[in-house]
Amino acid sequence: MLYTSRKPGLYEQIMAETPGGDVLMTCLQCGTCGGSCPSGADMDATPRRLFAMLMADMDEAVLESNTPWYCVSCYYCTVRCPQAIPITDLMYTLKQKAIAAGKYHKEAHADFSGSFVGYIEQYGRSFEFGLATRFQLTHHPLKTLSKGGLGFDMLRRGRLNTTPDRIRNMPQLTAILNEAKRLAAQHGGAP
Amino acid sequence: MSEEKVGVYVCHCGHNIAGTVNVEEVSEWAGQLPNVAVAKDYKFMCSSLGQEMVEEDIKKEGLTRVVVAACSPHMHEPTFRGACQRAGMNPYLFEMANIREHASWVHQDDKPAATEKAKAIISGAVRRSLELAPLEPFRAPINKTTLVVGGGIAGINAALEIAGAGYKVLLVEREPSIGGHMAQFDKTFPTLDCAACILTPKMFDVGNSPNIELLTYSEVEQVDGYVGNFTVRIRKRARKIDTTLCTGCGDCWERCPAKVIDDVYESGLGYRTAVYRPFPQAVPKYPVIDTESCIYFKNGRCKACEKFCPTGAIKFDQEDEVVVVNVGNIVLATGYDVFDARRIPAYGYGRLANVFTSMEFERMTNASGPTDGKVVLRDGVTAPETVAIIHCVGSRDKNTNVYCSATCCMAALKFAHLVKEKTNAQVYNFYIDMRTAFKDYELFYTRLLEEGTHFIRGRAAEVTDAARLPGEEGKLIVQAEDTLIGKQRRVPVDMVILMVAMEPRADASEVAHRFGIGCSDAGFFTERHPKLDPVATMTEGIFIAGTCQGPKDIPASVSQGEATAARVLGLIGKGEVQIEPVRAQIDEDRCSGCRICNNLCPYNAIDFIAEKGVSRVNPAQCKGCGTCVAACPSQVITGQHYTYDSIMSQIEGLLYDVRSPNEKVRVVEMEPA
Amino acid sequence: MTASNGAYVYYPGCSLQASAHAYDISTKRVAERLNLTFNEIDDWNCCGATEFFSINALPAYSLVARNLALAAQTGGAPELVAPCSACYLNLRKTNDYMAKYKKLNQQVNQALAAGNLHYNAGSLRVRHLLDIVVQDVGYEKIGAEVTRSLQGMRVAPYYGCLIVRPDTGYNTEYPTHLDKLMTTLGATVIDFPMKTHCCGGHMTQISEAVAYELIRRILKNAADYGADAIVTLCPMCQLNLDVYQGQVNRTFGTDFNIPILYFTQLMGIAFGMTPQELGFGSEVVSADRALAQIGREEPEERERPKRKDKQALPMPALNGGGRSES
Repeated sequence: MLYTSRKPGLYEQIMAETPGGDVLMTCLQCGTCGGSCPSGADMDATPRRLFAMLMADMDEAVLESNTPWYCVSCYYCTVRCPQAIPITDLMYTLKQKAIAAGKYHKEAHADFSGSFVGYIEQYGRSFEFGLATRFQLTHHPLKTLSKGGLGFDMLRRGRLNTTPDRIRNMPQLTAILNEAKRLAAQHGGAP
Repeated sequence: MSEEKVGVYVCHCGHNIAGTVNVEEVSEWAGQLPNVAVAKDYKFMCSSLGQEMVEEDIKKEGLTRVVVAACSPHMHEPTFRGACQRAGMNPYLFEMANIREHASWVHQDDKPAATEKAKAIISGAVRRSLELAPLEPFRAPINKTTLVVGGGIAGINAALEIAGAGYKVLLVEREPSIGGHMAQFDKTFPTLDCAACILTPKMFDVGNSPNIELLTYSEVEQVDGYVGNFTVRIRKRARKIDTTLCTGCGDCWERCPAKVIDDVYESGLGYRTAVYRPFPQAVPKYPVIDTESCIYFKNGRCKACEKFCPTGAIKFDQEDEVVVVNVGNIVLATGYDVFDARRIPAYGYGRLANVFTSMEFERMTNASGPTDGKVVLRDGVTAPETVAIIHCVGSRDKNTNVYCSATCCMAALKFAHLVKEKTNAQVYNFYIDMRTAFKDYELFYTRLLEEGTHFIRGRAAEVTDAARLPGEEGKLIVQAEDTLIGKQRRVPVDMVILMVAMEPRADASEVAHRFGIGCSDAGFFTERHPKLDPVATMTEGIFIAGTCQGPKDIPASVSQGEATAARVLGLIGKGEVQIEPVRAQIDEDRCSGCRICNNLCPYNAIDFIAEKGVSRVNPAQCKGCGTCVAACPSQVITGQHYTYDSIMSQIEGLLYDVRSPNEKVRVVEMEPA
Repeated sequence: MTASNGAYVYYPGCSLQASAHAYDISTKRVAERLNLTFNEIDDWNCCGATEFFSINALPAYSLVARNLALAAQTGGAPELVAPCSACYLNLRKTNDYMAKYKKLNQQVNQALAAGNLHYNAGSLRVRHLLDIVVQDVGYEKIGAEVTRSLQGMRVAPYYGCLIVRPDTGYNTEYPTHLDKLMTTLGATVIDFPMKTHCCGGHMTQISEAVAYELIRRILKNAADYGADAIVTLCPMCQLNLDVYQGQVNRTFGTDFNIPILYFTQLMGIAFGMTPQELGFGSEVVSADRALAQIGREEPEERERPKRKDKQALPMPALNGGGRSES
């Protein structure tokens, strides 16, 4: 494939939808982010390379990349970046874009995030036990038995509640989240 | 209606103005203004043809005022004042209208608005020009002595050039010896000359020149006056040594029991005694006693130096001296500080023993340094087998300094070569971009490539001693992305050298204030023009050279030092200076003698004449800033060239389209409440 | 003591209700001893952890903002304290971004309005529990409460990511406030280069290989430097290093046996409380052996990196200027 001059695309969207994201334009391609990333060795493209791909209009490949999903939110890249680019925040935006486009990496834990969010929307609190079992059963059914060992350890030590906590004013939270979703859909992503 | 005949000239400045402002329309419009006799637009007013056009019109049309609408008066006010003067007009009847910085450049996206704004600016300038009065510049003789502040390579060259032309130089240096950072280096890129070999003769010449008076261990405390006639107060810190008796024999420092780490000359890598001469080739040769570490000054005992001094030169009771001198010109060559690598904790400097700064490494490779030139780890004995050199430490980084320090890439190559030569270790350079501009530098890069130095294109992310993989135990690991392959790398090494940035001196802004010059955002001294006037400042008679102006290498520092000499010699050759007559004047008959203006004046230019009970401006000291004009409660101080009437007229002109031209500005006198 | 007179709004977060209840218990015991009043936000909801922001940003900010709005109505405002690093980050970031980005502030408040709430961006000061302890209470007062010095116990101070990054005012790579707190309690603090590295975060759920490697690095470094325990201040860090330690050992053939304790638990021990009342026993890797080190007169001699030598060069000092002689 031949890469030619570029047109506005995902690159511009990512910057517009990340608070302070337009600083990405000043990326020097120095690799501090890729060098700092604790899971960088396992990413199919380092953050630096992903940004170069965005600037070369390789939108599909960026959306399908595992990079944002392997981001552990440690913010090392963000504080070390010599151009002060909010790289961690950009990774969150890329995940949102990948989910919206239905193009996320097959290893991506988009549905882990999805399950997590599902519990919050249902109860207002996260539910570690439900999450662990539901996600592990759907994703790693064979491994769940060995994982069971862990769960057992935690249950035995009283560290897993088997029933979810629920906030009292669930209707209020639902109303807030619904309005936020409506606004997000209307304005095309946050700030 | 005034009788004056005004000529208005609208400059295209190529596309700079004409690309945004409709210059033809503006010039035609200006021709309709009252008193305007001539209005023209021209491609480049500053060209000789443009200037000749003005001169011709003054003569043929009998113009009595000239307005050029072009760029900032910083650039070309002197140009057009000259043209007016050549045509027989008083140059202070010329007025510049800035329609480039104030209109075309800032309103590029709104051409009609920029055009309207240009009209307003010109209208203001025309109205103001009518109120101008002819002025005559003052003339003052130039004191032929020059003050050079800073005895590094830039200051040394400035001093030698001026002294060589036969004029007196006062060279003031803060440290006990001249030589600056260059004296700390062993080799210099790209030729690998020995720094001492090329610097020491120059230092010797400074010490022996009959025209140079050297004041080391001294600092300038106060500067008054103006070009050609500065008065400078210098504090000579007490050396505690009688230099008329001292022979520099060294008995004192050899016997001194107080050993302290030398943070200046040895960059913290070595020691010195409390009474010390920073290095063997020091000029002058006399030591100083550092009273903070001297045992006698701490607890009143010891005096070993005094006991052993064969000439009785140790003077514990010697005190600071303050000298006041008159000089005509000043060259500032105050140099740089190195970046404190602790500010980037990811590189572990200060925690990891074998992480060194580039200045520490300079001392380490220096034959007269703490390791006698051996490249060793912090233990002082082990030679490294692998060395990492990290570029851009404190440079090109919004968290520290945004600028490129210009010299580190080449110094890193020099280090890589020296490491290889002395230890045969493997050397890894971690860089963002290799910058080897200037003569023969790229060849040196090629040479290092041929020597088998490793280059990893990626800014080092961290240096750690946390071993993760086999082979990393006991090593320092440099982690980075090798951006050319897009993969993370961990390189275990024995030694890390951090190429630390050049920073403005910690007290640069204080010094700038003392000398009345400006600093850039980064904190370096600001030159008059970044390209065409790089060693002058906005203050006449004060010049800057070397790294106090911005990061640069030795050849560039030397060039600037010599350039300042040329500028100073030019002024001395003229014999006298013309001083702008834009000054404040006090109407003594109406002055109430309240003295409010006396202390407000930033230049101490207002004296109180006790017998008359009034204040008076000393025109040679006054810079025409207008502070006193605004502050005078009786409104009896006039700022020449910026009179009340000229400013009000300019405002009226600017607002021509919001006020009917015949309406008079009514000044309402406020009754005190 | 502070502007808040020892009263704070308390946001425990979901983990402290279950997997990190030892943190919750010990926090409350220690707060009580230090005369800190923690007023829990009524009916708080989850902060969204690192997950909600991956799905849809505006609802994620709004979710957090509901807590901020409720917190602002709680006694003890304007100081909001969170013991969990992720909660702390989300609360602080939402607070800061709403104050900094007008459009976000307007949209989030529009969403809050649907629940009859409003939050005045920046009106709260969001702080982590450790920051309250070292800044507001202070080492001196803590030292005065110590009745049982932790002398003999070697701890690796583990800060994790989110209380130092991004821009919290502490050194982003090599903070020392937890070190100093542990020293105040009498413990020996090891030099721990991995102190602000990642515990793996949610990667345990996504890629075990990646997560276990991140966990291994931290355990290995603590073991290399001879730590008896790793002390932490985040439920996620504790969970990953503790619960997955056995898996890591099985995966890499290692035999790490390092308990992962909350700093509040060790404060409680030093204040003379019993392990039972501080939630000890809920850790998977037992703390018994580490606790048994307390009081030992002579800590075992361990091989330390040597650099003292006559020929050695001076070493730059870590803090401030100056150097130390070798």
